[in-house]
Amino acid sequence: MSLSLSATTEARWQKILDAYPEGRKRSAVIPMLIFAQDETGIITRELMEEIARRAEVEYLQVEEVVGFYSMLRKQPLGKYHVQVCTNISCMLAGGMELWQHACQSLHLGNKQTSKDGLISIEEVECMGACSWAPAIEVNYDFHHHVTPARFDEIIAEIKGKG
Amino acid sequence: MATTTAPPSVINAKLNGQDIQTKPGTLLINLTKELGIEVPAFCYYEGFSLQAACRMCLVQVNNSPKLLPGCTTIVTEGMVIETESPLVVEARKSMLEFLLVNHPLDCPVCDKGGECELQDMVFKYGAGESRFVDIKHHEPERPFSPVVYYDPARCILCYRCVRVCDEGYGVNALGVVNRGVLSEIAPNLGDQLNCDECGACIDICPVGALTSHTYRYKTRPWEMKHVGTTCAHCSNGCKTTLGVRNDEIMRANNRDASGLNEEFLCIKGRFGFDFNHHAERLQSPLMRVDGELQPVSWSKALAAVASKFNAVKSAGGKFGVVGSNHTSNEENYYLQKFARQGLGTNHLDHARTGDVVTLVDALSGKNGKLAVMADLYQTKAALVIGSDLAQQHPLLAYELRRNFRHHQARVYAMTPGPVREDSYAVAKARVPFGEELAALESWREALAKEPELLILFGDSIKGDAVRRLVDFGESLGIPVKYVALVDYANSRGAIDMGLVPELLPGYAASGQPGMTLPEMLADPKLDVLWVVGADPLAGAKLAGKPFVVVQDLFLTATAAAADVVFPAASAYEKKGTVTNVTGELQRLNAAVKTMGTKPDLEILGLLGKEMGLDLGIWIADAVLEEIRRNVRGYNVTMPILASGGAALTSPVNGRVNVASRPELIRSAGDTLFTSGTLTKYSQVLNSVPERPGQLYKPV
Repeated sequence: MSLSLSATTEARWQKILDAYPEGRKRSAVIPMLIFAQDETGIITRELMEEIARRAEVEYLQVEEVVGFYSMLRKQPLGKYHVQVCTNISCMLAGGMELWQHACQSLHLGNKQTSKDGLISIEEVECMGACSWAPAIEVNYDFHHHVTPARFDEIIAEIKGKG
Repeated sequence: MATTTAPPSVINAKLNGQDIQTKPGTLLINLTKELGIEVPAFCYYEGFSLQAACRMCLVQVNNSPKLLPGCTTIVTEGMVIETESPLVVEARKSMLEFLLVNHPLDCPVCDKGGECELQDMVFKYGAGESRFVDIKHHEPERPFSPVVYYDPARCILCYRCVRVCDEGYGVNALGVVNRGVLSEIAPNLGDQLNCDECGACIDICPVGALTSHTYRYKTRPWEMKHVGTTCAHCSNGCKTTLGVRNDEIMRANNRDASGLNEEFLCIKGRFGFDFNHHAERLQSPLMRVDGELQPVSWSKALAAVASKFNAVKSAGGKFGVVGSNHTSNEENYYLQKFARQGLGTNHLDHARTGDVVTLVDALSGKNGKLAVMADLYQTKAALVIGSDLAQQHPLLAYELRRNFRHHQARVYAMTPGPVREDSYAVAKARVPFGEELAALESWREALAKEPELLILFGDSIKGDAVRRLVDFGESLGIPVKYVALVDYANSRGAIDMGLVPELLPGYAASGQPGMTLPEMLADPKLDVLWVVGADPLAGAKLAGKPFVVVQDLFLTATAAAADVVFPAASAYEKKGTVTNVTGELQRLNAAVKTMGTKPDLEILGLLGKEMGLDLGIWIADAVLEEIRRNVRGYNVTMPILASGGAALTSPVNGRVNVASRPELIRSAGDTLFTSGTLTKYSQVLNSVPERPGQLYKPV
């Protein structure tokens, strides 16, 4: 097997696989994909084949799942993936302007990555943070009531961390 | 306060203003169907899991604020259903408009045009105008395999193909990838299929999204005439409906679900008809002149053979007659009559592929012990011994699987290697050929607990082993039925019609000595070897130098060594009957004609006439009448046969007083992609990438 994952990801996989009874390993497909993507940032054919083997499903069934969910990706994105919500609550609170600001300030379009591979942006649908609209999510970290000024600060922090 | 009430035995509801009653648990769409009210649907397909994907069957139900899909809604007490209300009519129209947003209007060139469900529904339910003004999303069509093509733009995502492949065949070769407008059907190897290549996905597709490579862009459905006949390949006896145009078979399917296979067909039934039009089909009699086979006229060839036969007969010479697993019952009956009465010889045999004789004998005095095709779907439990059903007996495998899906049939698989039945079998065991009977003892207890059992066995169980298997079955104390698996379209009919030296038609002992096939080939003093539709010299040599006469479709190894070759018509070119593996008699109907050929029955008749014999008229229907009168078990009901059904034959219920010849029984071990001598001449069977090889060939 050409695929090698860290011991941490392997442990997460094993834990989720053990959580389902024999013949029901299919349920572990989505978590396994996410855990692996957290580490590698991209879902490859080898990865899907390995998951199909371990979760005892056909390769095509994993492919179906990856194709369906937009947060599972076959193309690499930035180290920091900035997701801006423009769904109704956020839009009413300035989400659309925030998204336009993000595009213009970073010179990036939807699902595009900066040349140094550090930042990518995506316009997303509702993240369930309507009470704190407009919201953005950087990888797994939420930021609430984001204004264009606050957005610039967040980007500066990211660039500082590198 | 807990009160229990008995579940209701009848449900009262109101449908379009009429009071109706139905059984509890009835799906709304099935209720309307029973009452003759059409509720249109794409994704709903009887026998497969419910999908509710297409939203065409939305109906109005009193207590629901939204329209409900009829395909997943169960009729409940007091339900008020409207299937033709303005809201429902509007919804249908909108759904069709929605489906047509990206569906190309290429009906004039689409294979499905004229028999397309989407076309029919738009015609019936409207949506003549579209409000969609943007550019349609389009993806180019692409091959999934040498037989299956996919046109994503035409696909309406009903999931029928995915379900027939997963649930029906157990192959899991198709899926749906991406989301929303980008969704499309995908094959299991990314861009190619690795599957049974059966083409069921093509036939079940309600639109022209999945098309057949052999048929696409060749003809329109209404230009063909359709001829229902029986598949020429394996012993399962599927009914296949040939679409014929200008004396050419364009396609085969069984969309009207008639026949014992309903819609089921494998690659051979659906695409394997192409041998019929192979360029190497013989179209003229051939005679050896100066050591070379030369084309000659029918009259010259018939005269030559007749005079040779008469000369050998009057000199008391030795004839060897070899029959076929593919020719019709009428031809087999006439051939044995020709040999026994006309030539006065009992040296008559064919390639035996399963021990039906011992089974019939071992079951003497017991009634209803031979299973029929319907039993595969109905039995509570089945035991498969020594056969990879999905490869070798695809209809039996499909029916067993369907039985499991619908009735939770308990299947036991005892085979030398992994088989598809393993995935749902209650017990599986890897047992080498010949060791099955000993291994069965470990399952005795479990099997005895089943309410009934159906035992299917391959050619590893033969001779005495059949008797011991029957002893085992009968000792379980439950009702047991049996199927002796045989290879080809009329392997069963060849035995039933007495194409062996020891048996007359109907399993009556011949009482005459006669040479078997290997003995004929090994006899240096054989004067004539007459081979009708078989190829015994493929891999075998003649000991003597007999005059060899061959009737065949192609120049087989035997034909190439012959002195006279008659070009025979194929199973798709003649009338007659064949008997399938479960003893059911079905009709062959002539769909096409290949110039220069004659059906074997006619060749036999003409040869008999030329010899001055009186063997009776050689019209298939007349010979069938003779068979019905003379062959025990074949007095079948004619209307069933005439209406394209399968009539059950019932072999003798007494002892078969002959010595079993297990050493002569050997299955050819064909798979889904091989069909004996026909394999070589089917381009489709040779074009698919799957090569399961010769599975389970006994040593």
